[in-house]
Amino acid sequence: MPTDSALGAPLPVSRPHGRPGHEVIYRHTAVVRITHWVNVVVISLLLMSGLQIFNAYPRLHWGSYGADADHAWLEMTALNPDSKHPTGVLRLGGHRLVTTGLLGVSRGADGSPTRRGFPKWATLPSDQDLATGRRWHFFLAWVFVINGLIYLAFGLFNRHFRRDLAPTGEQLKPRSILRDIVDHIRLKHPVGEDAKRYNVLQKLTYLAVIFVILPLMVATGLTMSPGIDAAAPWLLSLFGGRPSARSIHFITANLIVLFVIVHVVEVFIAGVFNEVRSMITGRYTIRTEPHA
Amino acid sequence: MNRSRVSRRGLIGAGVAGVGGLMLAGCDRLSASPSFQSFIGGAEDLTFSSQRLLLAGQPLAREYKASQISPIFKSNGTSMPGGDAYKALLDGGFADWRLVVEGLVNRPTRFSLADLKRMPSRTQITRHDCVEGWSAIGGWTGVPLGHLLRTVGVSPRARYVVFQCADDLDNSLDGSGQYYESIDLFDAFHPQTIMAYAMNGQPLAPPHGAPLRLRVERQLGYKHAKYVMRIQLVDRVDTIKGGKGGYWEDRGYEWYGGI
Repeated sequence: MPTDSALGAPLPVSRPHGRPGHEVIYRHTAVVRITHWVNVVVISLLLMSGLQIFNAYPRLHWGSYGADADHAWLEMTALNPDSKHPTGVLRLGGHRLVTTGLLGVSRGADGSPTRRGFPKWATLPSDQDLATGRRWHFFLAWVFVINGLIYLAFGLFNRHFRRDLAPTGEQLKPRSILRDIVDHIRLKHPVGEDAKRYNVLQKLTYLAVIFVILPLMVATGLTMSPGIDAAAPWLLSLFGGRPSARSIHFITANLIVLFVIVHVVEVFIAGVFNEVRSMITGRYTIRTEPHA
Repeated sequence: MNRSRVSRRGLIGAGVAGVGGLMLAGCDRLSASPSFQSFIGGAEDLTFSSQRLLLAGQPLAREYKASQISPIFKSNGTSMPGGDAYKALLDGGFADWRLVVEGLVNRPTRFSLADLKRMPSRTQITRHDCVEGWSAIGGWTGVPLGHLLRTVGVSPRARYVVFQCADDLDNSLDGSGQYYESIDLFDAFHPQTIMAYAMNGQPLAPPHGAPLRLRVERQLGYKHAKYVMRIQLVDRVDTIKGGKGGYWEDRGYEWYGGI
């Protein structure tokens, strides 16, 4: 295993797998691969236990306080909760969307339509159980933070961030960003030397997720703890109050889901076998020349 | 795109879906297992220790301006305790009510509401955070619990303060649903931990715990016992009721409500 393994560093033992026009490079270090798969499991379960916690009070407020009588900018509720066929709705600002079966009202433990924010299949545990959802969430949060710190430490230590994720000056020129956007829209993927490094949209997205979205997730999560609020009141001021922090936590969770969807779609477009293998073994095959 | 690539893709897709389904079913089964619950509950100990470290200097919870008070402070749990005993106390303006402070104390004492109001008081406008996720801001006036405890003299053996309440959230016949809570001495002697008899300048109303409730800022709402009748100093809580140190704790919630 090469110690200076990088996106662009070919394996010294690189064999082109008997396929002409292809080259195998060592793309992901062991730490990146392990922390990635830990994140796959932990973030999925954090999301689901988070939705369980959200369901205990499926309304979001902005500001320093927010309860039943106060204005909610987002709400999942039932229009006629006591009827046999309640209507589930999502209220967002001034808009109302009927979401029966998905949000507001979905099948409960006994199979009958029940008032609940997110449906059973999306929450952990599946039935309404705030205490267990919290236990899962806080356990996973510790695993997530420790895993993230390991990743960050190694990323700084082995220059993963600077080498693989920091865009080059050339990449940041408006023209090359524009070309990258067009390439993405046309689902065109780079070959040869360009395939050995991340493109600029990829780099900026990964940097935003690693250094903005995920830390924001942790910070807003911490701000919902009254103990942490007493210890670090400045964090609460930063987010403008606990209900605001809860709202940002929810929005950020949605951004992570959006990222994962795009990420997985791109993996399929770019070649799912090669991409998944590279995140398991580290080895990634690139085409050295475009298809004729 | 050749055929084998497509089937490989299908295989991976099916694999992901299968693993996802198994994971969900597995997680629900794990959730039902007491030993697994206790394993993931271990993280709560880590949270508790970390927060105690961060709160070692006993910082105050944020206090708000009067203009930031919630127009309507949500009443959760019991809004009016059942039973004739409480009704009689309420009808008499709590003149006959006495707060019993007992257990591991040097001088077990019964305090009237007037006794408590004659003691030094503290007024604080703080945020009440419910475990469900909502928050409300209210102003509270009461006697610091630390002052009350110093008045009766706490035995060196005491570790916890237990609050026995007048409300029976389960409407149980045998009293097993009687609300109670407990905190340790670290929180009991915090300057913002008060036994409140007034809210927003008015005598505490029944929905908010009349005549006396605990305010233990820096912890979640279920720790703030309402309708407090009796305060016990004890060395352990596992011999009381369900053994977990509180009504909601006996029903699965964590004893430490700082997160």
